[in-house]
Amino acid sequence: MKISKEQVEHVAMLARLELTEAEQEIYTEQLNSILDYAALLDKLDTQGVEPMAHALPLKNVFRDDVVQPSISQARALANAPDAEEGFFKVPKIV
Amino acid sequence: MTLTELTAHELHDRLSRKETSAVEIARAFTQRIEAVEDSVQAYNLLTGERAMAQAEAIDAKLARGESIGALAGIPMALKDNMCTEGIPTTCSSKMLQNFVPPYNATVVERLAEAGSVVLGKLNMDEFAMGSSTENSAFKQTCNPWDLARVPGGSSGGAVASVAADEAVFSLGSDTGGSIRQPAAFCGVVGLKPTYGYVSRYGLIAFASSLDQIGPITKDVTDCALVMNTIAGHDPKDSTSAPVDTPDFTKYLVNDIKGLRVGIPQEYFGSGLEPEVAAVIKAAIAKLEELGAIVDECSMPHTEYAMPTYYLIAPAECSSNLARYDGVSYGYRTEGATDIINMFKKTRSEGFGPEVKRRIMLGTYALSSGYYDAYYLKALKVRTLIKQDFDRAFAKFDVLLSPTAPTAAFKFGEKSANPLAMYMSDICTVPANLAGIPAISVPCGFANGLPVGMHLMGKAFDEGTLLRASYTFEQNTEHHKAKPKLGVS
Amino acid sequence: MLDDFEMVAGVEVHTELWTKTKIFCGCTTEFGGEQNTHVCPVCLGLPGVLPVLNRQVVEYAIKTGLALNSEIAEFSKFDRKNYYYPDLPKNFQTSQYDLPICIGGHVEIEVDGVKKKVGITRAHMEEDAGKLVHSGATISTSDTSFVDYNRTGVPLLEIVSEPDLRSIDETVAYLEKLVQILEYIEVSDCKMEQGSVRFDINVSLRPIGSDKLGTRTETKNLNSFSSVRRCLEYEIERQAEVLREGGKVSQETRTWDEAKGITLSLRSKEEAHDYRYFPEPDLVPMLIDREWVERVRQTLPELPDARRLRLMGLGLSDYDAGVIINSKALAEFFDAALAQFNDAKTLVNWVTGDFLGTLKAKGLPVQLSPVNPEGLAELLNLVAKGTINGKIAKSVLEEMFATGKGAAQIVQDKGLVQISDEGAIAAIVTQVIEANPQSVADFKAGKERAIGFLVGQVMKASKGKANPGLVNKLLQEQLAQL
Repeated sequence: MKISKEQVEHVAMLARLELTEAEQEIYTEQLNSILDYAALLDKLDTQGVEPMAHALPLKNVFRDDVVQPSISQARALANAPDAEEGFFKVPKIV
Repeated sequence: MTLTELTAHELHDRLSRKETSAVEIARAFTQRIEAVEDSVQAYNLLTGERAMAQAEAIDAKLARGESIGALAGIPMALKDNMCTEGIPTTCSSKMLQNFVPPYNATVVERLAEAGSVVLGKLNMDEFAMGSSTENSAFKQTCNPWDLARVPGGSSGGAVASVAADEAVFSLGSDTGGSIRQPAAFCGVVGLKPTYGYVSRYGLIAFASSLDQIGPITKDVTDCALVMNTIAGHDPKDSTSAPVDTPDFTKYLVNDIKGLRVGIPQEYFGSGLEPEVAAVIKAAIAKLEELGAIVDECSMPHTEYAMPTYYLIAPAECSSNLARYDGVSYGYRTEGATDIINMFKKTRSEGFGPEVKRRIMLGTYALSSGYYDAYYLKALKVRTLIKQDFDRAFAKFDVLLSPTAPTAAFKFGEKSANPLAMYMSDICTVPANLAGIPAISVPCGFANGLPVGMHLMGKAFDEGTLLRASYTFEQNTEHHKAKPKLGVS
Repeated sequence: MLDDFEMVAGVEVHTELWTKTKIFCGCTTEFGGEQNTHVCPVCLGLPGVLPVLNRQVVEYAIKTGLALNSEIAEFSKFDRKNYYYPDLPKNFQTSQYDLPICIGGHVEIEVDGVKKKVGITRAHMEEDAGKLVHSGATISTSDTSFVDYNRTGVPLLEIVSEPDLRSIDETVAYLEKLVQILEYIEVSDCKMEQGSVRFDINVSLRPIGSDKLGTRTETKNLNSFSSVRRCLEYEIERQAEVLREGGKVSQETRTWDEAKGITLSLRSKEEAHDYRYFPEPDLVPMLIDREWVERVRQTLPELPDARRLRLMGLGLSDYDAGVIINSKALAEFFDAALAQFNDAKTLVNWVTGDFLGTLKAKGLPVQLSPVNPEGLAELLNLVAKGTINGKIAKSVLEEMFATGKGAAQIVQDKGLVQISDEGAIAAIVTQVIEANPQSVADFKAGKERAIGFLVGQVMKASKGKANPGLVNKLLQEQLAQL
């Protein structure tokens, strides 16, 4: 599979990255070389092999439904680039 | 020997015997940092005042006649991806340059309880993505053995600080070799514990199913002592193993008679520098001489580990790093008029090229139409790689390889070619995929640069890795070598 | 409704689960609260945090699945749904993709006397997003928006129906039934005005007689039955117009403008969704053993359909049983009263009549009624024993509502005990006959209704306390002797 410049542009949109023309070129080239390398996996027959999403086979890790203290509004907003009246402030959404 | 050259257990002995004080030790490190930091560039941030207060608290304890733990009063530092309450935690990224966490990582809490003195936060590849620390947005950390060379990565600052005696030990994180490869490059001990042994709570995620925090120390004894402090179940981390932790120092036994050591041939492939191969060969001979039973073995899926890793890690990273959008913390672009524009500009300006490359790769691997071919395929191959280990560990107690195929390379040597850089982790990545523990121990020099011996063990069998490493260390002198930094 | 097209609809219902804490952290789920005060590093999605699953969320999901006749998965897991939106702190929602906790199931509805099973495709657990407040009147006319993360991480169960709904009435009946079940099993507070239950409606049209599915639209985030009704009325008419003009309905997400009563397209290139689901690496899978499922089954209350059948078995009409079970609180009130007064038919008349009427007039929910089930039963028992008559009972009930006093107490305090002494009543009857010759004459002339007036006069003279049966009997006797 070869990834095209258009696909790179689409992926950048999905990832909310804005790439310059030059970046698009270089990423297309670099992603292709990495994906060529990844194509090595095609050599393997993985029919019937279970996927391994976790390193340990743990199951059923739960927490009791007991309220813990929240943090203060001031602490919640301490790192905010822009805040007003206790809210995080963002520009126009649509 | 000056205080800064000592190990944690040596300093602990002196403290306990009141031959020195925690404040004196902390001062010695502050001076050492002042002397060498300009050339090493290991630290993103120094927290000298806090460190001094922590040291004073330990001295007060000693003055009251109380006994102190093994790491009390011992100056250490943290890779800058572990959250510290009230202290900036940047991941060496412009994105988090001004981020001050309102909470502590679990390991930071445990170190505080142990009374360790935190000297500061250490430089790294941005978001732990890289093998040379050249991807830091802030500075270039140098290899103390040769300032023209990289310290390895991504825990470059964490390793260089210990190698340059700017900290007694440090904590790094290892997703594909980020503790072990730089430990090998800088001639120190670096352990990636079994996945789930050390809590990831507060470790800024790169690839969640692979990330693990571990100790970087001057010798194997210190490694065991740090594990005693940081390992153990944490209810805040769902992937934390609900197992009891042993006293790791009980494995510090100078005896490997009968230890079965497997040498997987696939780890000695074409990229391996002959000088490194020779050092590893000598190390193997040493282990045999000490009573280990060494045999070659084959792990047929090894060649698939790198492509598997370079699909799984970027996929997880693309999602983990989605949160950096300029809304509630971190960098935000100036003057964006709508939210999508703000997201795009913030992320494009805030992330460096390698981070963006991996986000792109991971986004692609997960995207509609490619998921099965890339991501799902990689998860299945991960199972096959794990099965290789299961089979090998039925025959062997530990598996041995070089930590990295080369010694430390020069700045810029690999930065233009991502794949070439990725190959630096070829020996370390499989252990992350399988979730097993692995350690890098200094085992000699190639052209004057340190070489690491890489030992991989069964899950939760850090004990055997420590015993093998300790025995090797007790019978060799490599770990005692110090880089000459041109300062007194 | 349309006569050229048939609608085909399916609904996704998001219900906030009634836990004390959020799904992945210990912050409270309490509604309201000053903005950004029910938050912690975990639900704010700060760098380095990790989720830990609230066991109660799984229990409630299992309970709901059982009530909806679903299969409870033995193996289930969480996945990440990746998309960028400022109300989503991590820019992914932890949800369930290919292995949801509840699989299949159905809900039975009845429209115009016709019963129908509506299929449930699945139900899965996920986290809620935060709340956006806009500087202008709407999202699109605002230059700035404000984010409050209090709701972020409140547990949600998303219940997805099959595209089985063929009319607006069916759709609303399904939603009402589903919400009723959720309320019955107490997994959600079902406060729709607080957004505890929200609906996404998928609807398409096809020519009558066709069995092919048309292109559907999804309208998101409706939060009342009446908006669902209005939205569907608008949307099917809109789609029908497009189709009649030979156009094509585009598959898209739409939003409901409550004020204007219209749906609007949310289409944009940037919104082209590719959620890139993958297994959540920070949470481990769930193995739900059958013992656990059985334990949860034990906690299931009697469900509305079963309750309705039981009440009908006690002689209630289909309609009355429907009124009683409609709200769980009323059904429980009824059952509690029934435990002390076992004439279900008399009880239902009182409950659906004076009791509910008074509550409604006072604007009170059943839960806050000043008259409890035991009190109503006490009152009705007084009537049954003949201590008071029905008319007096109505005034006693009013008094009970007003003062909170018990029925027997009121009867005693006010001397309302029924007069059943024949001699005393006969004397009043005699007086009334003497005082109303015209009515007596009317009665004699065959105007049967005149007796009603005379009964009323006797009751009035006895201040309502005379036993109405005796009054009737004695009046008839004395009139016959005239």
